[in-house]
Amino acid sequence: MNFDFSDDQKLLKEQVRKFLTDKCPTKVVRRVLDGNETHADEVWKGLVELGVPATGIPEEYGGLGLSPLELCVIAEEMGRAAAPVPFDTSVVLATEALKLAGSDAQKRKWLSELAAGKAIGTLAIAEGPQPPKPRGIRTTFGGGRLNGKKLPVADGEAATFAVVLANTGGQGDRAVSLVLIDLTQAAVSKKRVETIDPARKHAELTFKDAAAELLGAEGEGWRTLERLYDAAAVYFAFAQVGGAEAAMWMARDYALQRQAFGRAIGSYQAIKHKLADCYVKLELARSNAYYGAMMLTDGGADLPLAAAAARIAATDAYDFASKENIQTHGGIGFTWEADTQFHYRRARVMALALGGPMAWKDKLVSRLEQKNAA
Amino acid sequence: MDFNDTPEEAAFRKEVRAWLDANATRKIDDKASFRARNDDPELLTKAKAWQDKKAKAGYARITWPKEYGGRGGSPILQVIYQQEEANYLVPLGFFDIGLGMCIPTMMAYAAPEHLKRYVKPALHGDEVWCQLFSEPAAGSDVAGIRTKAERDGDGWVINGQKVWTSGAHYSDYGIIITRTDPSVPKHQGLTMFFLSMKAPGVEVRPIKQMSGGANFNEVFFTNVRIPDSQRLGNVGEGWKAALTTLMNERLAVGMPSGGLDVDELMELARDTDLEDGPAIRNQQVRSKIADWYVQQQGLKLTRYRTLTALSKGQTPGPESSIIKIVAAPKMQDMGAFAMELMGPGGIMKEEVPHAAGFQAQWIGGAGFRIAGGTDEILRNIVAERVLGMPADVRVDKDVPFNKLKG
Repeated sequence: MNFDFSDDQKLLKEQVRKFLTDKCPTKVVRRVLDGNETHADEVWKGLVELGVPATGIPEEYGGLGLSPLELCVIAEEMGRAAAPVPFDTSVVLATEALKLAGSDAQKRKWLSELAAGKAIGTLAIAEGPQPPKPRGIRTTFGGGRLNGKKLPVADGEAATFAVVLANTGGQGDRAVSLVLIDLTQAAVSKKRVETIDPARKHAELTFKDAAAELLGAEGEGWRTLERLYDAAAVYFAFAQVGGAEAAMWMARDYALQRQAFGRAIGSYQAIKHKLADCYVKLELARSNAYYGAMMLTDGGADLPLAAAAARIAATDAYDFASKENIQTHGGIGFTWEADTQFHYRRARVMALALGGPMAWKDKLVSRLEQKNAA
Repeated sequence: MDFNDTPEEAAFRKEVRAWLDANATRKIDDKASFRARNDDPELLTKAKAWQDKKAKAGYARITWPKEYGGRGGSPILQVIYQQEEANYLVPLGFFDIGLGMCIPTMMAYAAPEHLKRYVKPALHGDEVWCQLFSEPAAGSDVAGIRTKAERDGDGWVINGQKVWTSGAHYSDYGIIITRTDPSVPKHQGLTMFFLSMKAPGVEVRPIKQMSGGANFNEVFFTNVRIPDSQRLGNVGEGWKAALTTLMNERLAVGMPSGGLDVDELMELARDTDLEDGPAIRNQQVRSKIADWYVQQQGLKLTRYRTLTALSKGQTPGPESSIIKIVAAPKMQDMGAFAMELMGPGGIMKEEVPHAAGFQAQWIGGAGFRIAGGTDEILRNIVAERVLGMPADVRVDKDVPFNKLKG
């Protein structure tokens, strides 16, 4: 039985944690939240120097060629710090999309630029406040040209390229394809979109006859996206576990120090049991996330099921810990000055980014039905 | 990451399997054996015979030192033996408390001649032990017990009542926590002993539970005389001895056995028609199934993390402390939900496959949430020992026991 990370992986985790504690304390998150910058660029540059974007990229494309397990431990630390950098977009979603569906030429260009920190990628799926589905995508791609509008796109302003879901004219699920587009061209315009989490900037991207190319085969967009989301769900789960743990300890620390009715509020069962529940949800999430990591690494047949379970458990753990952290703090926790808001905002953004728990629960049961039928 | 055995573990598993194949019958259906169990009047006799066989082969207590009939093996080997044994139709459960809690406490405190006398018969199943801790007025707050032990010459006289004593009705011996000094605060006035359950003045009355079963008992002590040599630990240090016992309880790492779970709930949802089609297509039903699957997997995988630590010879982290907090309400809630799926007819016991099973879990879950640490006490333990939060205010901590109200 070896259901744990290796000592080397734990060491890597420690290094990333040290770097983020030092370079990305909560005042950096606050700076981005309050300010105009798209992300904390000095933190991002430091992560590039550490090799974070290169971690999962194969060596032939200029990366470090490490396994998903290394990226999982890094994701946990990124989540713990609620780091305002394009990690989930560029390092997870755009990189994985290229690895899954990119041609050799596409990988050669974009993966090496990602690894070197010269490019920032993102994924552009949603077109406003409706859950994306193949039949509802209005952005079109044909004759090498992309037209339409995507919003909200996380890190849309900072990104130099995007993977876009576009209608290519097929039937049913085959109506959509993934399209790769250089965002630095004039036919692309960007506008900031206000969201619930100003520490992670989002944008509206408008394409007017913009030059673009297919990523993967035409009509395969939805299926590739499902596979991409399974991988991303595992990395997101680690980030959510990190965030949930940070929120839980923040609440614990405050509960030890805050006095009410003559004693620390952390000595009341109402608070203790709430935080014990945080821990229970956290460990359920961690165990499910580990299995997702294992399946992702081994190309295991159980990945779709493991990813869905990790996604559901981790979303629940992070939502719960982040909101009960505010509750434990009481009034001070609801002020702009308090750090509690970072995880509360981030938890919701992460919960919705790949589709919310409702959708994943349905997916999980479908996958369970398929497995039982097999 | 992998779920594989190390070469040493694999070799041991192979050896265990070969021995079990030669000595027991393999289960055909995972969950088949459970219901037959409680109806068999010969079960204890059979269990004793099986325990003896195991002990002779060296599998009864793998982690115990060789001098006590163990193998001096690592905890992971004990787990492997239990995993394999769970695949066979063998009578289990009568010796867990004795060998898991009572005898380890004896090893910590009893005189060598007593160990010589009692360990071997317990290991071989000749003598069964029980643990006499809880009382009507001392459940979660077990240090609040009132059963008295008073000095009488060179011995002691015990008077009082215990409750929720598993297996007292077939036990030969027990370890008992008593109050020897009511004039000091509650934790300081306790002393532990062992005694014969057949001694004059010991009366065992089974408690019929809400589920209809009677695995627990009330035990009454009326002027029960025992020699001072049966004292375990110093006078007034019974709480320390009790903690030894309870710590051994927490070391038990096994897989849960039997029980209906997500697979059976899905079967039921497939076979149940709601107004708009099979229940399995209903989004509320699917959402519940998904939540319980995530919990079921989460618990299994959390155990794997604990086993990983054991396999590497490390001390497991505190993650296993979540298991009963999750498993007990899940058992109760899933049982209730399965019945709801069947509609008003869900109250009938045998009409639908699994109906009786889910109903039993709904009833049993209510007890499981209390036994061996309530949901609430377990949350206190997580908060205090894992998260480092302060213990509750104990208004009785420094008050002599005989000055307490109530």
